[in-house]
Amino acid sequence: MHEMSLAEGVLQIIEETARREGARRVKQVVLEIGRLSSVEPSALAFCFDVVTRGSVAEGAELVIDEIQGSGWCMPCGKTVALGERYAPCPHCGRFQIQPTGGTDMQVREIEIE
Amino acid sequence: MCTVCGCGAGETRIEGQPPHEHEHEHADGTRHSHPHEGETHAHPPATAGQGHWHQHADGSWHSHSHTHDHPYVPAGTLHYGQGPARAHAPGLSQARMVRIEQDILGKNDAYARANREHLAGQAILALNLVSSPGSGKTSLLTRTLTALKDHHPLAVIEGDQETAFDAERIRATGVPALQINTGKGCHLDAHMVGQALAQIALPAGGILFIENVGNLVCPAAFDLGEAAKVAILSVTEGADKPLKYPDMFHAARLMIINKMDLLPYVDFDVDQAIAYARRINPQLQVLTVSATRGDGFDAWLAWLDTELGAVKQTRIDSLERELARLRGA
Repeated sequence: MHEMSLAEGVLQIIEETARREGARRVKQVVLEIGRLSSVEPSALAFCFDVVTRGSVAEGAELVIDEIQGSGWCMPCGKTVALGERYAPCPHCGRFQIQPTGGTDMQVREIEIE
Repeated sequence: MCTVCGCGAGETRIEGQPPHEHEHEHADGTRHSHPHEGETHAHPPATAGQGHWHQHADGSWHSHSHTHDHPYVPAGTLHYGQGPARAHAPGLSQARMVRIEQDILGKNDAYARANREHLAGQAILALNLVSSPGSGKTSLLTRTLTALKDHHPLAVIEGDQETAFDAERIRATGVPALQINTGKGCHLDAHMVGQALAQIALPAGGILFIENVGNLVCPAAFDLGEAAKVAILSVTEGADKPLKYPDMFHAARLMIINKMDLLPYVDFDVDQAIAYARRINPQLQVLTVSATRGDGFDAWLAWLDTELGAVKQTRIDSLERELARLRGA
């Protein structure tokens, strides 16, 4: 359940931003979660609801934008779409792929008032 | 874990330190902190009611409670970008979007960078040992420490949910060890390790082993400031584990297959396990050992020597550059 730690990380970022901007309430939180990052969106959403209770972000709407995975296929010498870390290259069927996109998770923006 | 707010972080205990406090902010903007020891604490009751959670046709996930305005948006489109943030006229509504673009693990990564610099400054090779519970990490460590303790300065940071049993096993070898208990936490993070570094006698010019909580999932995401993650798999587990837990085998530099002495008695295909792991991580280095009998230890100790040599050389190069700069000035 490291999603709980990640949700706490999200809350810290939100609280710092809300304080800096003098916000009374956070209405919406938009996250970008890469498909190859080690996080499960539904588990993160559950934890988000739990950790934001009693905070400035209580009841905020959570939007998670999933970013497609991609990787550099060494045999093909090009960037290919990657659904999973263990997936083969869709062109050559081999596994020598270095993930290059969709590995990050970040708080993109928040809506405050 | 605080059963109301769900925070597990307040339960971390590092040997020799009082339990740390838990700070949080309330809706009215006040912050307060308090220890968690032996008590739960009251939060304002959750007023948002049950939120709801669904996936849009474009794959994005979306949850919200039903207590606030929810402008109509046609199916298949996202809320943000069309909501009040982009469309609102100044003065009509106080709502506004703030662009953040901050990595969720940014704070952990900043602590990890500080740990890494601290360790590099003392030419310490730090290794983060990760595996399932029961793969033989502690047995591997005790045999390794016994073999190395007369040759290199050594120290161990032990991570477990509860008990100091492992740290005691390590101390029995004569090597200093510090136990971190994560409470309900499922992994070590860079902040815990930073606190431990401040407390333990650092093995300058030697090796620091960090034995993570036995868990093949969560520790993959948390950089501790180590030089490399070493994933340990044992032949009593499934050969397909690298595919089942790909994040960890992707994050590791070295995979050690342990309990090779039991290979005749179990159905474990070593070549298949290595092939699966290299699907996830083509650069992964692999060693096979038996921590109880000592098979394969020469190669493992040689690997450690090479890595330690590289860390020391980096420090020497950096000191020589600094000396040259001072002499030239």
